[in-house]
Amino acid sequence: MPEVKILEEVCKGCGLCCDGICPVDILILAPDRINSSGYHPAEVTNMNKCTGCGYCYLVCPEPAIEVYK
Amino acid sequence: MRYCPGCGHGVVHRIIGELLVELNVRERAVGIAPVGCSVFADEYFNCDMIQPPHGRGPAVSTGIKRARPECIVFSYQGDGDLAAIGTAEIIHAAGRNENITVIFINNAIFGMTGGQMAPTTLPGMRSTTSVKGRDIKKQGYPMKICELLSALDGPYYLERCAVTTPKNIIKTKKALKTAFRNQVENKGFSLVEILSMCPTGWGQTPVQAKKWVEEVMSKYYPLGVFRNRAEEEK
Amino acid sequence: MAEKRLMYGNHAVVEGVIAAGCRFFAGYPITPQNEIPELMSIRMNEEGGVFIQTESEIAAINMLFGAAAAGKRAMTSSSSPGISLMQEGLSYIAGADMPVLVVNVIRGGPGLGNIAPAQSDYYQATRGGGHGDYFTITLAPHTVQDLFEFPRLAFELAEKYRNPALILADGLLGQMMEPVEFSFEPIDPKDLPDPEWALSGCGGRERRIVRSYDLKQGRLEELNVLRSKKYKKIKDNEQRYDAVECDDAHMVIVAYGTCARVAAAAMRIAREKGLKVGLFRPITLWPFPSDVLSDMSKRIKNFLVVEMNCGQMIDDVKLATEFRSKIDFLGRPGGGVPTPPELYKKIEGIYGGMQ
Repeated sequence: MPEVKILEEVCKGCGLCCDGICPVDILILAPDRINSSGYHPAEVTNMNKCTGCGYCYLVCPEPAIEVYK
Repeated sequence: MRYCPGCGHGVVHRIIGELLVELNVRERAVGIAPVGCSVFADEYFNCDMIQPPHGRGPAVSTGIKRARPECIVFSYQGDGDLAAIGTAEIIHAAGRNENITVIFINNAIFGMTGGQMAPTTLPGMRSTTSVKGRDIKKQGYPMKICELLSALDGPYYLERCAVTTPKNIIKTKKALKTAFRNQVENKGFSLVEILSMCPTGWGQTPVQAKKWVEEVMSKYYPLGVFRNRAEEEK
Repeated sequence: MAEKRLMYGNHAVVEGVIAAGCRFFAGYPITPQNEIPELMSIRMNEEGGVFIQTESEIAAINMLFGAAAAGKRAMTSSSSPGISLMQEGLSYIAGADMPVLVVNVIRGGPGLGNIAPAQSDYYQATRGGGHGDYFTITLAPHTVQDLFEFPRLAFELAEKYRNPALILADGLLGQMMEPVEFSFEPIDPKDLPDPEWALSGCGGRERRIVRSYDLKQGRLEELNVLRSKKYKKIKDNEQRYDAVECDDAHMVIVAYGTCARVAAAAMRIAREKGLKVGLFRPITLWPFPSDVLSDMSKRIKNFLVVEMNCGQMIDDVKLATEFRSKIDFLGRPGGGVPTPPELYKKIEGIYGGMQ
């Protein structure tokens, strides 16, 4: 089962992973919470749909995303 | 990392880290960090590192490579470092076909010092030293480095990429892999110019900045291969 | 019987550098030292070393930074305007505690100046010509033999203290011909061990970083204090000088390089006429041989400083002698060279007025 793990404290909420690069559109910036640096971290809305393509990992500048196939 | 949200440095740093391991050269690599935002690069690459004066990376790389040819030497530079103060050094290292790998991050602005105009700033583009937009009449035209270096006979490999979409990022990694492999195979000078976002300098969100690279910047700085002697050798 | 050859000063530098086991030269042509890169281009190839004619002196000093960081003996040569261009590089090299050798064959200045000999880069050399708190170990040759022997000493000191070293020659020394004895067994670079800082690839060890900055709170201050302690150690241990006929002297000339040669001749004229004149010749300009000069000033009440400039080393003489003695000056700037009769006339004038 492919899985995406977001390192929430590393994420800077840049939103690049949420900008139409996920083929199943399951990444958003969490609207209701912030990490200790004050950023809205990315979060996965529906892990079941993840295809493990790794595109979110590719675009993340921190990197704050780990993808497991 | 220390860089701003959405900055392209992070993506390129990660790619280089992966390549140093994948090509099995980490243990003999020496990296050169510039002056600029990525002066901190020495914190992120797990290999020997040196931080020289602004723009002089290609000269320091030449010194290290000629003194220790077995080392894999890479110079990581921004557009102030390479295209402003370091123009002589990059042109001559390319002209001598020094067997080094240069990674040139082009974000059309001076990041570290707070967003001044760079030699790569586009006509009409605002910066803190071109507040009404770059005025070609007074401030000249931007510098297209891949095109400039391709006028020299020396360089072995020149390509321009971008770190915007997954497709482009995959192409960037492929180009950097070629650039490092060329050095391992003693082919000569390789430079990969990478169009990168600077959301803070451009006054945009990371997503807006990515769009700007795709829609505006890459029209002025077209992506592609400008020199590949490997193709000519076939 | 060691080999002896009649050589140009500039050529002696080349042979001295190679005999010192250095196999890396990067430099740019500038008069009056062009003979150095020209002969270097031939000799480095013969010795399997690296010769690079660079695009500028800025590139040269930075190539040296790279080669030194990679753990190899590296040197460049230039003349005054080119040395000005190297100041940022030297500041970085000192800030990163790396050793390099730079030879300055000084010409008239400031600006483009002329191509005649001068000593007007003394301040630049001894006050750390670039930005920040640092010094460059500075040696002053006065014969072509010195030009052959000093590179080896300069490398030893540079590596011992991890600091850049300068050899201050002048256009006259560079261009003159004198016999040179190949007075030591040439060093094979293979016998030079890899220094502990060398960027050689981190396989089998912790990675190394060569840099001159530290943004952590208070850390740069610490590094500067540590470096100051290093400079104190150099001052305590490496002052070098030659004192000729100073023991019974009533008046001592202080001069280095070409001026020391002129002073030696003027001193002979003076002694023949019964004037008790001595010559104090600094060999290290930094660290300046203040200790001996200070002692000397307790009994010698008259010094005459001779320089090919408007007065630079005279400051260090005043500091060293702590204003105990009268200090006179003869300066020939802008490419002027003093002559023995001219200097003797000055000596005579001062001697006549002494108590």
